[in-house]
Amino acid sequence: MRLPRLSALRALLAAALLAAPVALPAQQAEEVPALPAPEELVLGLSQNRVAITANFDGSEILIFGAVKRDTAPLAEPADVIITVAGPNEPIAVQRKERRAGIWVNADQVTIRQAPSFYAVATSAPLDDILSATEDLRHRISIPRAIRSITSGDEVTDEDAFVEALVRIRQRAGLYQMREETVGFDRQTLFRTSVPLPSSLPTGVYSVDVYLVRDGSVASTHETAIRVGKVGLEQWLYALSREQGVLYALLAIFIAIFAGWGASEIFRLLRNQ
Amino acid sequence: MQIYLPIAEVSVNMFLLLGLGGMVGVLSGMFGVGGGFLITPLLFFIGIPPTVAVATSANQIIASSVSGLFAHLKRRNVDLRMGMLLQGGGVVGAGLGMLLFNWLKQLGHVDLLVNLCYVVFLGAIGSLMFVESLSALRRARGGGGGPVKKRKQRGLVHTLPMKMRFRTSGLYISVIPPFLVGAAVGVLSAVMGVGGGFIMVPAMIYLLHMPTKVVIGTSLFQIILVAGVTTFLHAVTNHSVDIALALFLLIGGVVGAQFGTRIGAKMKAEQLRILLALLVLSVCFKLGLDLVLPPAEVYTLTEVQ
Repeated sequence: MRLPRLSALRALLAAALLAAPVALPAQQAEEVPALPAPEELVLGLSQNRVAITANFDGSEILIFGAVKRDTAPLAEPADVIITVAGPNEPIAVQRKERRAGIWVNADQVTIRQAPSFYAVATSAPLDDILSATEDLRHRISIPRAIRSITSGDEVTDEDAFVEALVRIRQRAGLYQMREETVGFDRQTLFRTSVPLPSSLPTGVYSVDVYLVRDGSVASTHETAIRVGKVGLEQWLYALSREQGVLYALLAIFIAIFAGWGASEIFRLLRNQ
Repeated sequence: MQIYLPIAEVSVNMFLLLGLGGMVGVLSGMFGVGGGFLITPLLFFIGIPPTVAVATSANQIIASSVSGLFAHLKRRNVDLRMGMLLQGGGVVGAGLGMLLFNWLKQLGHVDLLVNLCYVVFLGAIGSLMFVESLSALRRARGGGGGPVKKRKQRGLVHTLPMKMRFRTSGLYISVIPPFLVGAAVGVLSAVMGVGGGFIMVPAMIYLLHMPTKVVIGTSLFQIILVAGVTTFLHAVTNHSVDIALALFLLIGGVVGAQFGTRIGAKMKAEQLRILLALLVLSVCFKLGLDLVLPPAEVYTLTEVQ
């Protein structure tokens, strides 16, 4: 099944290459852009649910897909950008300052909306394939994904705080700039993998694929992944939130029992 | 082997947790300190969020204190009457401490204040104990192994009313000083988020003149209630107690405490006090350095509720 389809693709590709030099001057002469062929993105994920179990130590998600076209690919080569974004959350960034010889928290900037996880994977350097205006519109690059900054009156350099947020989260693997990690085969098939750190925040993540051509987004597709605790992890987490008193008593009981148990075991061991 | 902690939401090495718990457990059994002032900074260091670290170390302290307490009970080294009196004061103090803490929070810079509290108290107590026990050790050696003279002080402790006999400690003193000591430690433990053993132990030795051997067991007895109340409050209000984290720490901790008690029983009181003083001083030094030295990252992230 595969082989014939592949050869058909190759034929299409060859046709496109041949047609390109002919099509381009015609376009320029008429000053009317040819109607772009409808390009639809089809997306697959290695998993649409990341289960955080007791021995969860990070994971990896494989994102793959294809550009579905009725016609041959356009002459102008396209690129692919894939973003994986965790739920947006507010976060406060504090900066320490030396006062009277001691480092204390001085200025604070609150960022109302910052993704708890964010990865950008591209098939070519981001600056080369995406214009600043399109980045602003679709909020693709890491600084653009962070929004709504509020600060105290005395803070004049909010950008430094946003940079710090990005720097700290990049170090933790929570923000990832993965340029040229998307394999884009024959302008049709794309695939990439995004490593997920062990400190992965839970929630509904959105995976966005952008097909970009000439600096602007030609087509997009979005899908979701759920990141959630399962089993014992989920049970304990839910208990701690919903049955605080019961959870507290359980914690104290375990501690007392373990302490008593250890001393009894040691007593028995010594008496033998 | 990595283990994912459901409340802390990070994955850490299981053996690292067992080792940390064990180390603090040994110290707990030896000196009668809960080890909160040690384990909390260590948990920060391995990447546990601060709120979870503070609350969970309180939970772990219960276990190692219970483990140490049983060992001391068998040796009849626990003054239950004194312990309950200290606990009574402690609960009152903890209530006042919570009010003080919330008031400080409104003024801001509560983190800095807690750190300064640590440096000042650890520094003062550590150096006092170090100097005192060093001279005691010298006296003991110089005297050719003769019995150390018992203090015959007739201070405030003996002149106040409401006297009570503390048989295990061999004391006949007013109930007011122990109650006040308990209350003062309660205030500090609420503000600093620790059981207060490292303050309680020297206070019992130097202010109440209790014998060192009894002090350790009694301190553990006192800590259990304080740590229990702290765990409960943190779990109910902040949801920040991580049972999985506590479990691994306390498995290490209870085993460590048993060894610690045995090591402690073999050592002289002065030696124990010198070691505790050195430990307290080194933590103080580390915390002091952190305040003064430029941090690697001047920015920090805090979750907004």
